[in-house]
Amino acid sequence: MEVIKILGTDDTPSVTLDAANSNFEIAGRSLPEDVAAFYKPILEWIDKYVQGPNAKTVFNFKLIYFNTASSKMLLDILMKLEDLHTSGKEVLVKWHYPEDDEDMKEAGEEYADIVDVPFEQIGLS
Amino acid sequence: MNSTDKKDVRGFLEFVYDFYRSMKEHEITLVYEGEITHQITKAFTSLTESNMAKEEESNTVQKKVFHVMVECLQNISKHADDVGENDFMFSGRGIFMVAKGKEDYTVTTGNAIDNGRIGDLKTMLEQINSLDKDELTEMYKKQIKEGRLSEKGGAGLGFIDIKRKTGKNLEYHFLPISEQSSFFLLTSTISRLS
Repeated sequence: MEVIKILGTDDTPSVTLDAANSNFEIAGRSLPEDVAAFYKPILEWIDKYVQGPNAKTVFNFKLIYFNTASSKMLLDILMKLEDLHTSGKEVLVKWHYPEDDEDMKEAGEEYADIVDVPFEQIGLS
Repeated sequence: MNSTDKKDVRGFLEFVYDFYRSMKEHEITLVYEGEITHQITKAFTSLTESNMAKEEESNTVQKKVFHVMVECLQNISKHADDVGENDFMFSGRGIFMVAKGKEDYTVTTGNAIDNGRIGDLKTMLEQINSLDKDELTEMYKKQIKEGRLSEKGGAGLGFIDIKRKTGKNLEYHFLPISEQSSFFLLTSTISRLS
């Protein structure tokens, strides 16, 4: 499968989607000018990936900021991971947040409530 | 230049000084009128961020101010109505202001909207203001699950998020522009004491 590797900017996150190396990560800041356009290839990639997924998928979120428009897109990603989990594959979402950022921690807890997928919270100092 | 012109210039410069003083009086650190674009949003947030960092504002406060600024600016760029009859009231334009007081920051926006939207806006703001933290979380979860991204990329979550991040009610006011349109003012307060 093709690899997606997007370098982060001050308003878009860095994204790595690499099935061969089991590397799935979104990190940094997310407030793109056109949220739908930015996340479209990512969502499409995941749609393709779930057709022939790895035995285990560990998806890392290492965001330090995202706006509300992005939050909807992140949920779309998580819901695809939920479907993958429901289909019987092993899935783990790792939600990394800056330790002093209560809001980002809560955001992770809320996503964990909304989607039915194994979820691990990791505070980064 | 004749004497009337000179008087006008002087009057104008005196206005500038009054304007400056009144900004100081209201502790305004940033004011902008015009089109709100993504570039403007980025410029203002990074300017405010670096100012807050210089002033050693706590990380928590910095993040909250950043959040509120982004959501407010995007509200205008995505929702301001093109009300037509006055050229300064066109789509995506408005006034944006940040003030820094001893105890809090305030972020204020003003933009023209069609009168037909006032009812829905009031209902939504009143509902958000009436909810406590847990109820807001429920509303946020419901909206993020059920809401769809609008054509302009709004998720309908901005106001809810501002109240959740600041813990303070959203203060607002509508002033009539004409029979068809009004000026919608909204101000959010972020406490500096945490």
